[in-house]
Amino acid sequence: MLDKQSRGALLDPLFDDNPIAKQVLGICSALAVTTLLQPSLVMCLAVTAVLVASNVSISLIRQWIPSSIRIIVQLTIISSLVILTDQVLKAYAYGVSRQLSVFVGLIITNCILMGRAEAFAMQNGPKASFFDAIGNGAGYSLILLIVAAFREFFGAGSLFGVRILPLAADGGWYVPNGLMVLSPAAFFLIGGIVWAVRTWKPAQVELERVVHIEELPHDTSHRDGADRRAA
Amino acid sequence: MADARRDTPLYTIGFAALVCVVCALPIAWAAVSLRPRQELNARIDRLEKVLGVAGFMEPGESLTAEQVEARFAEAIVPRAIDLATGDAVDTIDVATYDQRKAMKDPALSVPAPENAARVVSLPRVAVVYEVRRGDSLQAIVLPIQGYGLWSTMYGYIALAGDARTVNGITFYEHGETAGLGGEIENPRWQAKWVGRRAVDDTGAVQLQVIKGAAGPPADDPYRVDGLSGATITGRGVTSTLDFWLGANAFGPYLARVRAGGN
Repeated sequence: MLDKQSRGALLDPLFDDNPIAKQVLGICSALAVTTLLQPSLVMCLAVTAVLVASNVSISLIRQWIPSSIRIIVQLTIISSLVILTDQVLKAYAYGVSRQLSVFVGLIITNCILMGRAEAFAMQNGPKASFFDAIGNGAGYSLILLIVAAFREFFGAGSLFGVRILPLAADGGWYVPNGLMVLSPAAFFLIGGIVWAVRTWKPAQVELERVVHIEELPHDTSHRDGADRRAA
Repeated sequence: MADARRDTPLYTIGFAALVCVVCALPIAWAAVSLRPRQELNARIDRLEKVLGVAGFMEPGESLTAEQVEARFAEAIVPRAIDLATGDAVDTIDVATYDQRKAMKDPALSVPAPENAARVVSLPRVAVVYEVRRGDSLQAIVLPIQGYGLWSTMYGYIALAGDARTVNGITFYEHGETAGLGGEIENPRWQAKWVGRRAVDDTGAVQLQVIKGAAGPPADDPYRVDGLSGATITGRGVTSTLDFWLGANAFGPYLARVRAGGN
């Protein structure tokens, strides 16, 4: 059905190379919008749509982009698409766009977009880039929806706004977990997911480099890969 | 594609310019063609809030834009008033006047006296929404805003025709902690306000959000239940009412309503 490259681009980001759990990108929005499932779902769709459009358009013009300004060209394309998405949401999904408020605009700063543009779309054709975008969008969405499901279930006793646990405030028995509605809860949940995925697929665990003291260079400005990625 | 050509400054500048133009086109198109729809959404949202707080719309009720407009036109008369005197102002078109924008415009606002709600400027002209039956004033809806724990909370309060009794309160925009201070959005908490007295017989604002539970409105008219875990948000709501119903804001207008002068 699909050639090998497209298949890999589509399926790898789900578990093997998940943008959140493995690449640790896009964490900011994963913390911010996941208190409820419905805004999370809209956020996932918005990110995936922008990612597909940006990956395909950057891939189409990749051979003409001068390398000295390639990052700013990618950013211009991504931010234009984000503004477009924000405008469309404000016109056709006003309620949700209010709930997401600034976070739609902040898709621009979602590292997944720049990351995929620079790491994949600049080197691959539009078809593979399209599947890469779908795959990464789905990988991002998967984690976001899992986190949002936990947070809404324990923090509000509901799923997609449908009451599951009767709240003590309404005469039921469930006292909502206040921590779940705060951002740190998403940190704990994502940490748990990262742990679970790496236990299941030990190949994702970064190898620790053992360095003996006498091997250390005198120049302490030497940094290794972990810091580069965090930047 | 010859690589040498891509690295000349001229090519780079030309490419950058082209990208800008191509990207600007769809944005310009979207901004222009979607604006009427977005403005309509924002207007309908505002009308729904006013209808809700005045009791013409149930929480969770969903209406089309036309139904909202029709219900609003039937029940509610927006009026521009001069905040300092409480007089009606007829030089302003209430349908297009944006009070929140006016508050930020030095020409249309005055600095607010120091207040606990942390309101920095007052619009010269404010819009109130009046509900009339025949000649008698049934209710008034006033826009309010004030600082809670993290953020400015924007809302409306509805008073009965006596300009003292609360008919309802709502907050439509705030950045308080979801689940704690964010519960100011909760219709169940908002329902506890109905029937309380905001202002006493001398015209002083008395209503306050307390810590813990207040009695029923008949026995405990000047106090409202606090939200657990949100003491500072509750205090912010109290100072918001204190400020907007007080002498520096809607006080003169409310005094006229009470005197029957409107």
